[in-house]
Amino acid sequence: MKTPIGRREFLHKTGVLTGVLALGSPLALVAPSRAWAVDLTSLTSEEGVALMAAARTIAPHDKLEDVAYALVIRALDTTAAKDPALRRQLQEGIASLGAAFAASSENARVEALRRIEPTPFFQNLRVQTLQVLYASPLAYAYFGYEGEAFSKGGYLLRGFNDLRWLPDVPLSDSGPVLAAS
Amino acid sequence: MAQIDPSDDGAVVIIGSGAGGGTLAHELTRRGIKVVLLEAGRRQSIATFSQNPGEAFAQLTWLDPRTQSGTWDPVRTSPTLPVWIAKTVGGTTVHWTGATPRIRPWELRPRGTYGDVPGTSLIDWPIPYDELKRYYRLAEARMVVTRRNGNPGLPASNNFKVMYAAAKKAGYKRVHTGYMAINARPGDERGACIQQGFCVQGCKTGAKWSTLYTEIPRAEATGNLDLRTQCMATRIEHNGAGKVTGVVYRDSAGREQRQKARVVCVAGNAIETARLLLLSESAKFPHGLANSSGHVGRNYCHHINGFIWATFDKPVRFWRGVVLAGLVEDETVNDPKRGFVGGYHFELIALDLPTLPLVGLPYGWGRDFASIMDDYRNMAGMFINGEDLPQANNRITLDDKVKDANGLPVAHVHVDEHPNDKAMRQHARTQGKAMYEAIGAKRVIFSPTTPATHNMCTARMSEHPGDGVANAHGQTHDIPNLFISDGSAFTSPGSANPTLTIVALALRQADYISRKMSAREM
Repeated sequence: MKTPIGRREFLHKTGVLTGVLALGSPLALVAPSRAWAVDLTSLTSEEGVALMAAARTIAPHDKLEDVAYALVIRALDTTAAKDPALRRQLQEGIASLGAAFAASSENARVEALRRIEPTPFFQNLRVQTLQVLYASPLAYAYFGYEGEAFSKGGYLLRGFNDLRWLPDVPLSDSGPVLAAS
Repeated sequence: MAQIDPSDDGAVVIIGSGAGGGTLAHELTRRGIKVVLLEAGRRQSIATFSQNPGEAFAQLTWLDPRTQSGTWDPVRTSPTLPVWIAKTVGGTTVHWTGATPRIRPWELRPRGTYGDVPGTSLIDWPIPYDELKRYYRLAEARMVVTRRNGNPGLPASNNFKVMYAAAKKAGYKRVHTGYMAINARPGDERGACIQQGFCVQGCKTGAKWSTLYTEIPRAEATGNLDLRTQCMATRIEHNGAGKVTGVVYRDSAGREQRQKARVVCVAGNAIETARLLLLSESAKFPHGLANSSGHVGRNYCHHINGFIWATFDKPVRFWRGVVLAGLVEDETVNDPKRGFVGGYHFELIALDLPTLPLVGLPYGWGRDFASIMDDYRNMAGMFINGEDLPQANNRITLDDKVKDANGLPVAHVHVDEHPNDKAMRQHARTQGKAMYEAIGAKRVIFSPTTPATHNMCTARMSEHPGDGVANAHGQTHDIPNLFISDGSAFTSPGSANPTLTIVALALRQADYISRKMSAREM
């Protein structure tokens, strides 16, 4: 059944994560503004900030921008909006880390997470962080990963064999490069 | 495409459209035999394959629930996904990497070669090697395997240059870009490989052999194939004389259907093949079909596997190019002085960025974990693929506590590692580490055992009916018109990636079935 009112309008915003892209960010070149905001519909802003700090502690890449980690929190928040059990797990998990968690030092955050490492909350957060963080275009750019190449004709003419710091392999143990033949 | 009436009892029904089922369907239909091919998954094409690794995983993977237990790593690292196989037309030939080494002659005689290894259920294959070799040649021609039949090898990628230099430094002699069912030049009405990576997400150029766009459309073109997609076989039926008579399945709408059959061939990959035989239990066959020996589901083998990653202080960009085009064959020998029986391969491998941390690395988080990921572009990699030893209690059973969408018990996978398995893995890790360090690796990282993509031996061929499920043609000992047509029929796993052998055995089985049918012996 179609309704004239979109589902989004029923969801009230419960929190927001905000930040500013770094000057040299590849996103800053294409984004209309360096400021970014991610709406939350299940978690509060404080809860979102705590989860961001936890995600950054799980996968700390200092020069990877906050917005990449905010995507992890958005994915969790979206699922939690449909899954009350997950929402409760996240809220209780965040509460167990204590109010000072997000603002504390990295060593303190590592200690806090280590204490809850066996819990389903931490294990779920770890997997979700890995799943979402490294799948984003921001991560591709950060790690130098070029992704799919079919649309560009493959890597045949785009560096699949451009490594020069080791000797080339004799033809008898490899094969002819098609484009060169 | 043919439309075969459900009450037509003259057709061969094949369950599963992968390497075994897809090849068998083509071989039978081109000889004029009517075939109903039941495939549980949907039909994709090179146009619909996703190039987003997460989407591709969801599009192709068998995600129906399974449970597991035992001492192998996936129980801890991947509890809901013991094996990583495909559910789609073409089966796991859509997802596979294209590696096609042969099983070695001595690997067909593991009991004779290794002797009585305590705790194992080793027996020798009922097929002489010369016979298998004849079909290997046919399969390699069919699949256009590189480095065979005068075909050139694939060119060396960045990742292979690292592997090659490391292996040569370690003194290995037989190192090359592998035997691959990936076109090094155009052939078989398919284009040449463009080194795009993404072999396992479904090859967008069709350079990699898959039954999806070779055997199956050719079978359709004969007018003798009735391919039914999203049709999940739930039971094989039999008559009072002990012959199978048809297959019950759920169609795409979840409705129960029944197809009569003259012959039934099961090719659902080793987990589902065993499960279907067990689900088909009856008053006459109370332990499941073709299970008078008790071997259905037992002796499950998955190969000793694991990634070895090395990071360097210079870029490799290992994601560029064919994923698995690299092979070291020197350890593929039986040399008990190494501390174990059987052999293993080193095979080149790379993983895309999203997949690496999920299945490729040891459990971890924090600075140490992140430092590995930070070296992603400077990383090279290999995969261990070795022979694991069959054990009677490594087996597929029905889990009555967990039901699938049709209300049927799911498969439970139990794997305990044998001391030989552990010794082989340790040897491979030690060798792999030394190789990469000899050319200046900063760090070498080992993964746990990954969810198995090679699944074998759960309905094995045996000379004596008491030792296995099927004879040398995959024909079950108990029921003459019921065949095992996939890796389940392997007597032992050997150390070779299984697809080539599955195809060779399917070609051989097709000869046998068509001969028996035309002689009216079946």
